Amino acid sequence: MSEARGEILSKIRTTRTSPNAAKNILGTMQARIRDHSANLIPERGQRPADERVAQFMAEATRVNATVTRVAGNPDIPREVARFLTDNNLPSRIKQAPSLAHLDWSETMLTVSQGVGDAADEVCVTSAFGGVAETGTLVTYSAAENPTTLNFLPPVHVVVLKSKDITGAYEDIWVRLREALKNKDQSDNFMPRAVNFITGPSRTGDIQQTLLLGIHGPQRLHIVIVDDKTP
Amino acid sequence: MEQTTETFTANARRAMANETLQVELARLSQGFPQRRQQAADRMPEFEALRDQARDIKNHVLANLDLYLEAYEAKVIAMGGQVHWARNAEEARAHILKICKSVDAKTVTKSKSMIGEEIAINDYLEKNGIAPIETDLGEYIIQLRNEPPSHIIAPAIHVSKAQVEADFRRVHTDLPIDRNLDDPTSLLQEARGQLRDKFLQADVGLTGANMLVAETGSNVLVTNEGNADLTYALPRVHIVIASLEKIVPTLEDATTILRVLARSATGQDMSVYTSFCTGPKRPGDPDGPEQYHVVLLDNGRTELLGSEFEEVLRCIRCSACMNHCPVYKAIGGHAYGWVYPGPIGAVLTPALMGIDGAADLPHASTLCGKCESVCPVRIPLPKLLRSWRTRHFEMQPARSPGHLALAAWAWIARKPALYHKVNGLIIAMLGAFGRKKGRLKWLPLAAGWTSKRDFPAPMGDTFIQQYHHGARGDASGQWLRRQQP
Repeated sequence: MSEARGEILSKIRTTRTSPNAAKNILGTMQARIRDHSANLIPERGQRPADERVAQFMAEATRVNATVTRVAGNPDIPREVARFLTDNNLPSRIKQAPSLAHLDWSETMLTVSQGVGDAADEVCVTSAFGGVAETGTLVTYSAAENPTTLNFLPPVHVVVLKSKDITGAYEDIWVRLREALKNKDQSDNFMPRAVNFITGPSRTGDIQQTLLLGIHGPQRLHIVIVDDKTP
Repeated sequence: MEQTTETFTANARRAMANETLQVELARLSQGFPQRRQQAADRMPEFEALRDQARDIKNHVLANLDLYLEAYEAKVIAMGGQVHWARNAEEARAHILKICKSVDAKTVTKSKSMIGEEIAINDYLEKNGIAPIETDLGEYIIQLRNEPPSHIIAPAIHVSKAQVEADFRRVHTDLPIDRNLDDPTSLLQEARGQLRDKFLQADVGLTGANMLVAETGSNVLVTNEGNADLTYALPRVHIVIASLEKIVPTLEDATTILRVLARSATGQDMSVYTSFCTGPKRPGDPDGPEQYHVVLLDNGRTELLGSEFEEVLRCIRCSACMNHCPVYKAIGGHAYGWVYPGPIGAVLTPALMGIDGAADLPHASTLCGKCESVCPVRIPLPKLLRSWRTRHFEMQPARSPGHLALAAWAWIARKPALYHKVNGLIIAMLGAFGRKKGRLKWLPLAAGWTSKRDFPAPMGDTFIQQYHHGARGDASGQWLRRQQP
């Protein structure tokens, strides 16, 4: 390792009052990382399960997302088509491979699949979870979830199962570790990118005026599905 | 960036005469504090969360070497590389080497204060690589060849009309007669211009709001989504971050996120919070092939264990400057380096030396508003006073300041004499100013009276009044007995 590394670390060590304490501290530190205990979770992140969907919808709307709730998977294509027609948006969409199971035949939409590119106008992806606390969507990168789809197209439609709406961000970490640690039984569970998305892209950089859609999507539409199947 | 802290007084005077800047500062001082307060009111646990955020940062600072090692091991385990830099020069060299190794022509950049600290843009340009700022505010000031004037709203000093003029000057490929009256048209134009740059860039350079030891991740918080296009599209992602950005776990990062946006913009949560960990995995359809972290010290290890250690808790939210009466009067450029406002007045002398930056800790009313809104409870007024003390101690022993204070100390230790002299001065000032109740000029205090009147004393001191029998009544009201 580099000279700089050694010098920086030894400089830090000289600030420690008792060098003998280092061994105990190391144990404490490792335990803290291993246990990853939650800190204070505010009340708004701990509401009862039956209130969470409504809370999520209210919070997401507050940050300029639009939200609809549908009964099951078959309703998703219909709802996406309705949203696009009602808002006079293009009918050519790109979906994430995670939604390959959807049947678009009833709609007039042209559907392709893959990573995001410059020509995309509308994309449809699925979320790993939603956080009621702030109306936040959570996605992570994987073969069936290209990261670029979340950020390149100006219109982003996200499918979220109502059972995946948790109270607080901490619940997401618990679920994520559970879902991915089983895969390789190691602590290296973290996907390349985990994205929290709270409303459409915005900036206040021109005269401190709120404007939507600078680099990420200008519109974020969330379709909550009550489907009980896993 | 170039340091102009030495000419602080002149900088400040110029800023106060700049009408465009004053309009924008007035807008800022309305918006940010009000929105922060509303966000805090919507979160009853806000104060308790601030305590926890402070404690997390303190815990890391107390064990920084161990957390850095744990973090580094994790980054490597996830396929990334860590480069250590003692100073700006080493950090720049690491970044250039990585860029050259992939024959990079352009580098997209997501706003980073460390990037400013090491002046990476100038360095890349000198070496034939084009850096492109992608945060809208940073893009605007890059076009204007100016440094940021606020840590989260870098172009706060620029008016809409100026943005329009800059876009017309630089975006010469667009029709000359296009209409840019509406701010949305400026937004669309910037979006269009930057889109191609995102897609063509060879390297994406981002900062980090936090580094998570548990997972080896860097956390990026933006509202625009520019950081995400910066790390997700190019072949190489470089993260530049200073040592103290570490937090132990995802849960700890979460706690800090709960106070970050609320303190900064008054949002409950910024739009995009991204956790990046290593390069793309087998099967990933997109993402960078290489993931590098440049860890920068640049004077921070000197602060550990010193009276200024607490400044290392800073999460760069900008609440202190948004609430500062001095920042609101002079804006960010006057402070003369990367970090303006109260945090800059403490950090700049610490990182760049007090010699050229001595005016900064003095340019404060010590009103305490900064500390009262700091999400990690940095005692900024105390640290400002510490710099004043240090700077005073560095003056030669026979400087006018020293002599005046020595004289005062001598007389203050002789109460009888002190009261006599004090009574005399107060009586004199009272006699001169009684008519108008104020003094237009005072000997040795022209620094005060050249700008504003000095309130005239009433003619006798507290002690004199006390001896004459004046007392407070039951409600604490001071009852002044009529003079005999």
